[in-house]
Amino acid sequence: MASRERAPKQELLAADGTPLKAALRRSQTVERRRAFMLVAPLLFFLLIVFVVPIIAMMWRSVYNPEIRNYLPQTAAALQDWEGQDVPPEPVFQAMAADMIVGVENRTIGRAAARINREIPGARSTVMRTARQVDEWSAPYREKFIEADEDWTNIEFWRILKRESRVVTPTYYLLAVDYEYSSEGEIVPRSEVYQVYKQLFWRTAWMSVFITALCVMLAYPISYMLATQPTRIANLLLILVLLPFWTSLLVRTSAWIVLLQQQGVINELLVALNIIDETGRLRMIYNRTGTIVAMTHILLPFMVLPLYSVMKTIPPSYLRAAKSLGAHPFRAWWRVYFPLTIPGLAAGCILVFILAIGYYITPALVGGDSGIFISNLIAQNMQGSSAQLKLAAALATILLVAVLFIYWLFNRLVGVDKLKFG
Amino acid sequence: MNDTSEPHVAPEPLAKTDGTQDEQQPMVLFEEVQKSYDGESLVVKNLNLSVAKGEFLTMLGPSGSGKTTCLMMVAGFEAATHGEIYLDGRPINSVPPHKRGIGMVFQNYALFPHMTIAENLAFPLQVRGVNKADAEKKVQRALDMVQMGEGGFHGRRPAQLSGGQQQRVALARALVFEPELVLMDEPLGALDKQLREHMQLEIKHIHESLGVTVIYVTHDQGEALTMSDRIAVFNDGVIQQLAPPEVLYEKPENAFVAQFIGENNTLHGKMRSVNDGIARVELTDGEHVQALAINAGPGERTQLSIRPERVEIDPDESVTDHTVTGRVEEVIYLGDHIRTRMTVAGNSDFVVKTRNRLGARRFKPGEKVRVGWATEDCRALDHSA
Ligand SMILES: Nc1ncnc2c1ncn2[C@@H]1O[C@H](COP(=O)(O)OP(=O)(O)O)[C@@H](O)[C@H]1O
Ligand SMILES: [Mg+2]
Repeated sequence: MASRERAPKQELLAADGTPLKAALRRSQTVERRRAFMLVAPLLFFLLIVFVVPIIAMMWRSVYNPEIRNYLPQTAAALQDWEGQDVPPEPVFQAMAADMIVGVENRTIGRAAARINREIPGARSTVMRTARQVDEWSAPYREKFIEADEDWTNIEFWRILKRESRVVTPTYYLLAVDYEYSSEGEIVPRSEVYQVYKQLFWRTAWMSVFITALCVMLAYPISYMLATQPTRIANLLLILVLLPFWTSLLVRTSAWIVLLQQQGVINELLVALNIIDETGRLRMIYNRTGTIVAMTHILLPFMVLPLYSVMKTIPPSYLRAAKSLGAHPFRAWWRVYFPLTIPGLAAGCILVFILAIGYYITPALVGGDSGIFISNLIAQNMQGSSAQLKLAAALATILLVAVLFIYWLFNRLVGVDKLKFG
Repeated sequence: MNDTSEPHVAPEPLAKTDGTQDEQQPMVLFEEVQKSYDGESLVVKNLNLSVAKGEFLTMLGPSGSGKTTCLMMVAGFEAATHGEIYLDGRPINSVPPHKRGIGMVFQNYALFPHMTIAENLAFPLQVRGVNKADAEKKVQRALDMVQMGEGGFHGRRPAQLSGGQQQRVALARALVFEPELVLMDEPLGALDKQLREHMQLEIKHIHESLGVTVIYVTHDQGEALTMSDRIAVFNDGVIQQLAPPEVLYEKPENAFVAQFIGENNTLHGKMRSVNDGIARVELTDGEHVQALAINAGPGERTQLSIRPERVEIDPDESVTDHTVTGRVEEVIYLGDHIRTRMTVAGNSDFVVKTRNRLGARRFKPGEKVRVGWATEDCRALDHSA
């Protein structure tokens, strides 16, 4: 073509002699600044209510300041201790000094509580000794041991040394069912406490399963929506979107009414003699309940992107493929399906990410076998036994997993190609 | 545009050409085909049409006249409500589209956007199980045929081509698997005028060199006249006239065809008598003229049709049989010819086209002149609304 014989690349100049590129950049700077000003309030808002809390949560999941703050000298003195024997005099001296300060500032109780979390019963040892320590003088070691045998417990000191780190992985270990042994090694927790890892897996596979169900249900629905005349399509779309207009709680309770053992479906099956009284199906307060209700709730998130993509595919593509000799299925697979991938992928990532962090529905209809990791995160955040740091660690793991999936997805499909609606 | 300017002797009637092809199997045959979408109205009414092998047949008609529907019935995307369509002698009503082996060019090309040009063209070969090497050769040949063989188009996506290039690719894709019949539904509708006229000739040449049968749909009469062997003029689901272009233009059989094809002057009147095929017609202003009685009988209201280039102003008595009075309204200079708009027998839109030849007289608005024409050039047709 004619454009092939273009002169070798030469820097173009604007009218005033500056290079064209620089001139262009300058003229765009103003534009860009204006664009930034437009989004700045939103950015600021997001920073305050979204980014900062998340960072705070992540920090909290590893932050372990109590020992370091309330027993600073002991923490320092323990750094030189090998952990083989009862600590030497300087450690006890430091402990005594810390205790005196702690009693004065009324912080010793907090330190004791923190130690008690690691070694149940240690609180009384610490508090009792702390009350006497200001009457003692050096050397302290014998006096401590005299006052309470527990001060010779090497485990106690090891744990104290371990917990004197400001940043600790303890909660992440707990979140994946590991813990420190008294020797300071990372070991699996005993069977009865192992819940989180299993729950992470369950959350993942059930989310995948729910996403797959949504695809299977939404694809034909969307296809029908996209091929019907507008009037009918709009009506059907309203039916699909109806769930959005009713409260989540109402929808979930409706499922309870339908699925419970004395519910509509079971009664109907019994009435029709398909099952007998003793064979009533358990369809709720278990995995089935969670899957059914969540698929229903998340279905619109799959239908909308699929529908919006399918609507843009002219029927003439399929016709062209058939006229070229392709069997209808082949025409669909080679021509129609590839064109729906942007919507399909968008729907999948949307449903999956929503599902993996879902809380309310599993909590209401999940029973024991159908709850998700978010339900345990919530459990760890409320009540008297709240373990906020564990909750933060679990939530961080979930967040990172979602980000990872999103990244992986981006590598595979390309987020810029997605069409969300 | 369709200025044939020289008055010439009408050719031998070619209208009923079907008779000459009896010994050969028609490529497509519509037999009493009807089509209704809603069960209330017929979009195609009792269509009988035979398309000969190697013919270029155009379905021409205004939008909504049922052309696309006819094409879709041949392609198999719409089922005939009544009647049968035969493809090369075989009834095809129950044959699914993908087994009909018909090439089709869609109005918006319908190139698969996620495939490259080469993949688009290879698609029909792939589904037919043609091996890769052969397919590549055929793809190259098809692209060469539409002048897209060079320039690195193979690897591009349809979106990276211009409209004209996409059109060529769509054409190549419909031809690459060597179908005997190709359907085209307004394939040039989206192109600008210049490109459209260029492509018209190109498609015509491809048709001639390959010898395929083409059924072409358009609402552009210029396009139909340029390309076709025969034109079927559609209106309201009925073929109004089926004839070669020159017959259609010069011998329209009814008022619709006369109006739809080319430029046309109409005069309204009442037929007084018919004698030997020549009618005496009384115009609305009381003047009497002679015309060929085509589609109206004595005593009926009629619409006379005269082509603008067949009208003479202040004519020689030897050329025209009689004259009527006209008043010049407007004179438009168009370089190669001059259009004179005048009022004749109450019609203020009566146009006369005269060649801009040396010494041609120019008239002034308001001037009263005599206009005349040969009786054979004036056709008395039905009186349409
Ligand atoms: N799929 C359809 N459903 C209902 N009516 C249709 C459909 N396709 C076309 N029609 C109607 O049939 C008539 C003829 O349409 P069509 O064959 O597309 O005409 P053309 O191609 O000559 O413009 C129009 O009145 C149109 O509204
Ligand atoms: Mg059409």
